[in-house]
Amino acid sequence: MSKSLIYFPRLQGAEKNMWKEYAQLAEEYKPVNLGLGFPDFSPPKFITDALSEVLKSNNPYLHQYAKPNGHVRLVNVLAKLYSKLLLREIDPDTEILATLGASEALFCAVSGLVDQGDEVIIIEPYFDVYVPLIKMAGGTPRFIALKPKPSTNNLSSSADWSFDVKELESLFNEKTKVIIVNTPNNPLGKVFDRSELTLIADLCKKWDVVCITDEVYEWMVFKPKEHIRMAGLPGMWERTVTVGSAGKTFCMTGWKVGWVYGPTRLLRSLQIVHQSAVFSGSTIEQEAVAVAFERELSLLGQNGSYFKKLEEGLRSKRDFMVKILLDTKMKPVIPDGGIFVIADWSQLESLVDLNSESDHNKDFRFTKWMVKNIGLQGIPPTVFYNENNKKIIENYVRFCFIKEEANLVKAQEALNRLKIL
Amino acid sequence: MLFTRTLDCLLKSRKTVTALHYSARNFAVTLSKMSEIEKKFVLPKRLEGAKRVVEYIQLALEHKPLNLGQGFPDFPPPKYVTDALSQVANGDNFMIHQYTRGFGHPRIVAALSKLYSKLLGREIKGQTEILTTLGAYEALFSTITGHVDVGDEVIIIEPFFDCYEPMVKYAGGVPRFIPLRMKSGGSKVCTSADWVLDKDELENLFNAKTKAIILNTPNNPLGKVFTEKELNQIADLCKKWNVLCISDEVYEWIVYEPNRHIRIATLPGMWERTITIGSAGKTFSVTGWKLGWAIGPENLMVNLQMIHQNSVYTGVTPIQEAVAIAFETELQRLGQDECYFVSISRELLSKRDYMAKFLQDVGMKPIIPEGRLLYDSRLVSSGSEKDKYKDYRFTKWMTKNVGLQGIPPTAFYSTPNKHLAENLVRYCFIKKDENLQGAAEILRKWKSNKN
Repeated sequence: MSKSLIYFPRLQGAEKNMWKEYAQLAEEYKPVNLGLGFPDFSPPKFITDALSEVLKSNNPYLHQYAKPNGHVRLVNVLAKLYSKLLLREIDPDTEILATLGASEALFCAVSGLVDQGDEVIIIEPYFDVYVPLIKMAGGTPRFIALKPKPSTNNLSSSADWSFDVKELESLFNEKTKVIIVNTPNNPLGKVFDRSELTLIADLCKKWDVVCITDEVYEWMVFKPKEHIRMAGLPGMWERTVTVGSAGKTFCMTGWKVGWVYGPTRLLRSLQIVHQSAVFSGSTIEQEAVAVAFERELSLLGQNGSYFKKLEEGLRSKRDFMVKILLDTKMKPVIPDGGIFVIADWSQLESLVDLNSESDHNKDFRFTKWMVKNIGLQGIPPTVFYNENNKKIIENYVRFCFIKEEANLVKAQEALNRLKIL
Repeated sequence: MLFTRTLDCLLKSRKTVTALHYSARNFAVTLSKMSEIEKKFVLPKRLEGAKRVVEYIQLALEHKPLNLGQGFPDFPPPKYVTDALSQVANGDNFMIHQYTRGFGHPRIVAALSKLYSKLLGREIKGQTEILTTLGAYEALFSTITGHVDVGDEVIIIEPFFDCYEPMVKYAGGVPRFIPLRMKSGGSKVCTSADWVLDKDELENLFNAKTKAIILNTPNNPLGKVFTEKELNQIADLCKKWNVLCISDEVYEWIVYEPNRHIRIATLPGMWERTITIGSAGKTFSVTGWKLGWAIGPENLMVNLQMIHQNSVYTGVTPIQEAVAIAFETELQRLGQDECYFVSISRELLSKRDYMAKFLQDVGMKPIIPEGRLLYDSRLVSSGSEKDKYKDYRFTKWMTKNVGLQGIPPTAFYSTPNKHLAENLVRYCFIKKDENLQGAAEILRKWKSNKN
């Protein structure tokens, strides 16, 4: 069938997937895996208990189709939660859409808002699915890179990475439809501060652009930093759609419950994409996630709050990860949020045989060498930059630290092998 | 917050207003800016025509009729299926709550491979020929979006599951419709087998621009189970014109004897040009679990994988594991009486016949389905609603005044052919006996009140 072997223009750029390649490497070499971004421990008991309780229920409708735009119990509690956090009354029927994971939320947001010929600004490093999504919608991505300011001391922070204001201003024009902001940022861990978000907001207002904010790591912001929601800035509610994730929030990436909230007039388009692509989400899971959120809403800010425990636990893992990287003479960029840390390995370049691998980009070669020689897997972060800017990040590696202590200790042992080279 | 509501009202009435500045709590906005946003952010062109019939869900919530509308059971799924999920949720393997293989969780891919290898009479390679999806709905979406390009024609047989058309349009394709038509001179009791395609009409639809044909067997809403002869006719045209057959077989296990479900992928020369879609929701009566699959040759499946990977990325892990366990159970007793695939059809047969009778009792003329869950009935009167089509008016009136909900089948027809279904209503009978009895009561009372 020759017709079907032709890849359509729309699908170009959507094929090659580094993740598959690295998953196969992990299969073969079985390294300590700090590659993919998911926990290697159990989600909190209260949520697996919630799922069990839901399964014991006599209500047969829990196993049948959910309301298309979101299971009622879930959208109600999300509306309550975000109403509190954004200090505005959010309508659960028209201003929230529950989706099959934040992945699907991003898909609905881009497909619902981007049309043929539209430009979409992406801030690098970017979660690599943004580009294929834009292309599938017929849009054109325009990139601006976060670049490190020279740090005054040895310790580099994600806050040191920022965008050039003039460069950003020059990207906005009449064709600009959307800008995607990921805060906290994957892989950098940058938590955009109020002044940075305001700069972006002002440009959005000036050029009539919508902001899609990917805030899946919103509960993983390390003290003393605070997560700032773009939708809460002056004049931004009406032009922001915000994506959230139960998978990231409750450490259960396999459940695929996500959401997006925003003004009715924008959400309408997302709802139509959702209804065209998947129609409705999974009912029992949405019910269990609703139960979990109800619990958290009642404990918000208090000692028993899971969000609080999550931040504390993750912060200590971050600190441990930074320490063991510094021990090897790598230079980690201390993340202010999220579950990843990137580290500059330039100092080690002379010690490793980069020629043993054949990939074009140095970070690919370094990470593959690491898997095969010290038994540790990280991700090559050039995958998060477009071709022109890959040089910025070629000497870095990305590690995920939302792993149980025993595995982080194993990672330390693997890294120690670098010291004896 | 009053300001926000006032704003919404003003925008809805689309009046042009002079720029009005106001502040509420943290933000200040101008109305003129708001209407600019709305103008710039209209629905992207490809989404026009993508709206589905969801208003009936709202109607049901408001009026709480006895609901024979949407196609899902009102009784619990088989216990061993929900037990499987409990087992998974509480098990020792906590990694079951994290991401699994994007194209399909290994355990369920293995089970599907085993099952469909048997059913399709060939060895199915799980890794490359099966994709699990977030419901059969997503399988349809990934198949259509992955294969239909701007300007491609896609043949849709009417009545069609109403998402086919918006999905084809979303992909930039052009739907070409062909209705099933009732054979004239049929027997007094009409069955879905009496609804057939006109051979010449079908042949004339195929041309160089035809990319795909969507086949749904057993068919929603008619319940038609396509015969081998009918499938061969479609297959021959697919082969002649190098066309992809998208075969929506979600109701494959709900076929009433003596009919048999025939998989078009098994016909000569069809494996290489067919994508077969299935559904755990329909198979195990768990429509809320959102697990489906697509099966086909590697070179065709690649397109689906790309869409899937870039839209939803992965499926739900614990659900896939639980359904794998359910399939493993069924594989051991395939074809036997205890097999759920066998027992569900038997159970539904008696419900089908019960409903046929009470519909006939009130003067409606049911079209007895050979498969599937739903009915069409000839209407005896129309209602007093304002919708364009009679079946919409009838069903809305019935919900509000008689307390029984059905679905208007014109939703499953293209505009030029809606007249074929205007006097029909669709009822779902995969419902508890007491609810079917309740429906019978409601209709009998309605009839006697009219007399």
